[in-house]
Amino acid sequence: MNLTKSIRIQKGANIKILGEASKILKKNIVSSSFSIKPTDFFCITPKLFVKEGDKVKMGTPLFYSKENPKIKFVSPVSGTVRFIVRGAKRKILELIIDSDNKDSKIKYDVSFGNNEKIDSQKIKNLLLESGCWPFLKQRPYGILADPEISPKGIFISTIDKSPLGIDYEFILKSDIENFQRGVNVLNQLFYGNIYLGVDSKYPGFFENIKNVKIYDVKGPHPSGDISFHIQRISPINPGEKIWTINPEDVSNIGSFFKTGYFSPKRTIAIAGNVVENPKYYETIIGSELKSFLKDSKVDENVQIRCINGNILNGKTESSKGFIGYFNNLVSIIPEGNEYRMFGWLPFFNNKVLSLNNTSLSWLFNRKGSEVNTNLNGEERALVVTGEMEKFFPMDIYPMQLIKACLAGDIEKMEGLGIYEVIPEDFGLIDFSNTSKIEAQEIIREGIELMIKEVG
Amino acid sequence: MKNFFRNRLDLIKRNFQKGERFEKFAPALNAFDTFLFVPNHTTQKGSHIRDAVDLKRTMVTVIIALMPALIYGIYNTGYQYYTQLGESFTFFDAFFHGSLKIIPMIIVSYIVGLGIEFGFAVYRGHDVNEGYLVTGLLIPMIMPVDIPLWMVAISVAFAVLIAKEAFGGTGMNILNPALTARAFAFFAYPTYMSGNKVWVSEASNIDSISGETILGSLAAGQKVNYSMIDMFIGSIPGSIAETSTFWVIVGGLILILSGVGSWRIIVSGILGGAFMGLLFNLLGLNSLMEFSWINHLIVGGFAFGIVFMATDPVSAAQTNQGKWIYGFLVGVFCIMIRVFNPAYPEGVMLAILLMNVFAPTIDHYVVNANISKRKKRWSKEKLLKLE
Repeated sequence: MNLTKSIRIQKGANIKILGEASKILKKNIVSSSFSIKPTDFFCITPKLFVKEGDKVKMGTPLFYSKENPKIKFVSPVSGTVRFIVRGAKRKILELIIDSDNKDSKIKYDVSFGNNEKIDSQKIKNLLLESGCWPFLKQRPYGILADPEISPKGIFISTIDKSPLGIDYEFILKSDIENFQRGVNVLNQLFYGNIYLGVDSKYPGFFENIKNVKIYDVKGPHPSGDISFHIQRISPINPGEKIWTINPEDVSNIGSFFKTGYFSPKRTIAIAGNVVENPKYYETIIGSELKSFLKDSKVDENVQIRCINGNILNGKTESSKGFIGYFNNLVSIIPEGNEYRMFGWLPFFNNKVLSLNNTSLSWLFNRKGSEVNTNLNGEERALVVTGEMEKFFPMDIYPMQLIKACLAGDIEKMEGLGIYEVIPEDFGLIDFSNTSKIEAQEIIREGIELMIKEVG
Repeated sequence: MKNFFRNRLDLIKRNFQKGERFEKFAPALNAFDTFLFVPNHTTQKGSHIRDAVDLKRTMVTVIIALMPALIYGIYNTGYQYYTQLGESFTFFDAFFHGSLKIIPMIIVSYIVGLGIEFGFAVYRGHDVNEGYLVTGLLIPMIMPVDIPLWMVAISVAFAVLIAKEAFGGTGMNILNPALTARAFAFFAYPTYMSGNKVWVSEASNIDSISGETILGSLAAGQKVNYSMIDMFIGSIPGSIAETSTFWVIVGGLILILSGVGSWRIIVSGILGGAFMGLLFNLLGLNSLMEFSWINHLIVGGFAFGIVFMATDPVSAAQTNQGKWIYGFLVGVFCIMIRVFNPAYPEGVMLAILLMNVFAPTIDHYVVNANISKRKKRWSKEKLLKLE
């Protein structure tokens, strides 16, 4: 394996939770309705192409981004738009599509001829038209990639160290060919390098992928998060852009360039401490959760919370809801709306997960913890210092950055490195801080302010 | 039992809900409620699970760490009193005598301080912060034993109002509130805070009892009659809980092992004190300068101040590098003030307050170094692009 760089991360912590998905892949669960949520894409305003009752094929554009009308979002199935869910101020929250179980798809011409030089503009147009473009995200800020610019690099991380984290090697091992094709296509798109992050202990088939610069990563969570790789390999300076993409979406793009059909494949793991049979399912973006919950035997006697993504930074979804656009994991944990008498006493209640030394949680939860959504206290002023740095492996002062975001001090936010982070990097800080500060929310608001004021 | 209390509380709480009669006093009731029960609040934003630690737990850990020093301080109060009187006594006599003196001070401190905190919480409509649980215990622990209770009350009120609430409450203060209380008493009532009639219980009432602190005697040019073991164990006159270096070290270990106190500040503080002590030993111009550097570290409030006061996360430096500088300078200034200014034989209070003021400046430079490093990278990248 020819490594560009080895990244070693010391800070952080692995959170082990009961109910990790076992490596069984189930394929035949088909859901009858699907949903695409514009809210899955950070900072876009959707403009609709369709209205309720319209018939759509797989690949029919549903809406586009007002900020960049070239970016289209397409339907993952053929069927009928049943319902457009709107929130406050008529904000579009969700488009629900009923599948008609037919196989009508929109086909694109993806042949380049044998000797034809592959034109980057043609690839770009195909990605935009077909609906593949929203797979690409852009740093700074973690917004959708801007088709007008050329990034200095594309980063793909195949490491997931987050709680209940998934194994990309397992979900993609039947898709190696598509993954390689996707990489090749992305390589034609721009002049920089594609960087592929692999686990130092267990690189899997990724080490044989060509046309990429491979780096390996070792360390506890959040060592799998791309922000920490970018800062070590190619830190973002003002004006520079970097794109990131999920491994499975690389193979979706590869699949599109093989068949000419938009590929909305999504392999998800249903996991968590109330799931009896946690495992992987191969399905489609936006599928209904219901049938997966039933199949994996989620405990029906407890009040549960379904989370699109991992439990540190995913989005809450109702158990009657749908799978999100990007996540490969749906975490299911019990709600924790109960009282604990004298629960604040140090060295008592050691079963409650804690990374803090005022608890013996590390001793009592060796095999993994039972977690719930209790806040375990109330929000307080920032008092304890130095605890955030322990879980933030980057040359950034997290507490100072959070304070700058709270104050809306743009110059300071720039200087302290707001370009190099996304809210998700603060998941572990959210979890571990004594004062129950909503770090991710504060950073998200800070980034929104930056987009508004600086662009 | 759990359900009994829970149901009772829920019944009472009804009257404090929005639109009900006692709505305004909800923060006060919540303080009691959350003392008995960790509330049933669930996560709404951000991470879906949260650590078991909260501010209550952190503060209670500090209180646990303070206990050995406090218990020894109570015993030592009685010990000093009975040995001066020349009476024979048991451990329990000494402890009982000390308790009679010190428990009322703690009660007064908590009643006045928490009263003000609750008042502000109700007035401003926010929850009662737990910070005062520690401050309220620290204040009596660093006072001379014979200080009148009304002075404790006034010092507490001054500290909470001026040093804390005026800046916006817990987490916003610049000075350590407990030390501010002591500094207030020190400058407002100097006769109750220094001299040889305040450090031993009843010294102001009974002629045969007197006792100067070691630093006080040194500053006055007198001989010190205590051995190093006395100083380390703490059987010497002084503020209530500061005398025993041994029990302070035990508390310090609790703080460091539980991760609640910053080991960086404690270690660098000791290094700073030792450095300055050694430097003065080398110069050796007067009896205070000749006082061995090791003894400097174990007499007076040095150990107590470094472990429990300098590590107050709100008023100390907040960056890890800043903590090293901050702690080191606290140590340096403490010994410097002791040696250079005999009017203030106990330098640690002023040294920490001084460094509290400078902590934001230290942080400013540490954080700015990070900012300028990043900006340098930006301009370097720009130059490369131009080429």
